[in-house]
Amino acid sequence: MSIRLEGVYKAFEGSRVLDGVSLEVNEGETLAVIGASGSGKSVLLKTIVRLLEPDAGAITVDEEDVLALTREELYELRRRVGFVFQFAALFDSMSVFDNVAMGLRRMRSLTEAEIVTRVQECLQRVDMSGYEARMPGQLSGGQRKRVGLARAIATRPKYLLYDEPTTGLDPITISVIDALVIRMAEDLAVTSVVVTHDMQSAYRVADRIAMLYRGKIRFSGTPDEIRAAEDPIVRGFIEGSPELAQESA
Amino acid sequence: MEATQYVSPMNGQLTAPLAAVGRRVIDFAAAFGRFGGFTVSVARATPDLRTWGGLVAGSMKRLGVESLPIALFIAAFTGIVLALQASYTFTGAVPLYFVGVLVGKTMILELGPVLTGLALAGRVGANIAAEIGTMRVTEQVDALETLAYDPIAYLVVPRVIAGTLMFPVVVAFADAIGIVAGWITALNLLEMSTPEFLRGLRLFFEPFDVRYSLIKAASFGATVTALGCYFGYTTSGGAAAVGRSTTQAVVVSSMLILVLDAFWAVTLL
Repeated sequence: MSIRLEGVYKAFEGSRVLDGVSLEVNEGETLAVIGASGSGKSVLLKTIVRLLEPDAGAITVDEEDVLALTREELYELRRRVGFVFQFAALFDSMSVFDNVAMGLRRMRSLTEAEIVTRVQECLQRVDMSGYEARMPGQLSGGQRKRVGLARAIATRPKYLLYDEPTTGLDPITISVIDALVIRMAEDLAVTSVVVTHDMQSAYRVADRIAMLYRGKIRFSGTPDEIRAAEDPIVRGFIEGSPELAQESA
Repeated sequence: MEATQYVSPMNGQLTAPLAAVGRRVIDFAAAFGRFGGFTVSVARATPDLRTWGGLVAGSMKRLGVESLPIALFIAAFTGIVLALQASYTFTGAVPLYFVGVLVGKTMILELGPVLTGLALAGRVGANIAAEIGTMRVTEQVDALETLAYDPIAYLVVPRVIAGTLMFPVVVAFADAIGIVAGWITALNLLEMSTPEFLRGLRLFFEPFDVRYSLIKAASFGATVTALGCYFGYTTSGGAAAVGRSTTQAVVVSSMLILVLDAFWAVTLL
């Protein structure tokens, strides 16, 4: 077991977003977490690395109790967990090179020459070689996401958490990003959690799909299993039919 | 049978203002508490020299050196006006060399640090709040966290240190330029001689005046940068929230500069 959430609760100003979520992510798999906008998918992802503190529940990564970690231990954990943000969250005052190098400069073990080599290697993996000197403002949405992915893999993490990696992209760029997610899982042997509301992306990249609905995991299974699911809420979401979901709500 | 409680129709009208005042007091206490918590986080992050050490010089340049033009512009015109108003007030009653006294004392003790502080509250405080606020709403602050950086050590500590160190430097230049502007005005418009102006300047001058000016400036620097960082760091929402944070940073910094000004006058003079 690599990542496990048990009975995780999180509320914002009285509104409960996560209502006792329990979820397991197995080593080496790519899990897609699907759900409507505002269903708490990103909140769920952020609680794993404590970017948001859950109100209650337990979270373990590699059998480590994430909620009990000291600040230093938490930073140590975060070096093993790459996070790809919805809109890339590149540091706009820094070049592409410096963005990717940022996490590496935090590691005392690397020389500047090794950092340069690692940055070039990561940019090559996401097909962004030659963009080192560009500023984030000079990149397209897809390019920004690829640089965000390069930054996330630079420290050679064991886990990759993707927060809506294809939001706001055109269909071709979505396919490119999906292909990168699959490539990262295969080449780097990482365990991935992909939060998305795009079913086509989920089918393409995931070994398993979990659906978050009203703060709980409503369904968990393989892409074939979710296609065959009879739960009207699940069917309503994957088919984009609000009537189905409303009838059973 | 359920008891019916009598509610006077006047009750709401009488208690509403009290409730509003109470809410304000609670909001103020909560904000004060949050800023206290933020200050503790800054103190806790300060030993993390490895994170902020390399960033202080850049912040000193941005917050201090690049603020010199506006500070010197304000100081020069303040010096000119001080000399002219002193002459206008003293004519026929007080020897004209007292123009030097007034320009020197007022620039060093009050107008140099306070006007520079207020100008920099606008320039530096707004800049910091907008920059960190934008980083917050675009998840760049979260990104720092995921890369194992303490955002307080990376974003806040270098700015507060730079502000505390550089405001006195900017104010020292402003004091000097204000006095020079007053002296040039006295020579050219008031028909005073340089020895006359210098005589007035030296008459009540105490080295303590300069220390007082610089202590005030350092406290203004710490306040403006800390509040800019605080309002930026606690921004939540979108572009409108960044705008609100920026405005709050400038308004609260400006008010606190005046409160601190009075505080130093009471405690040090």
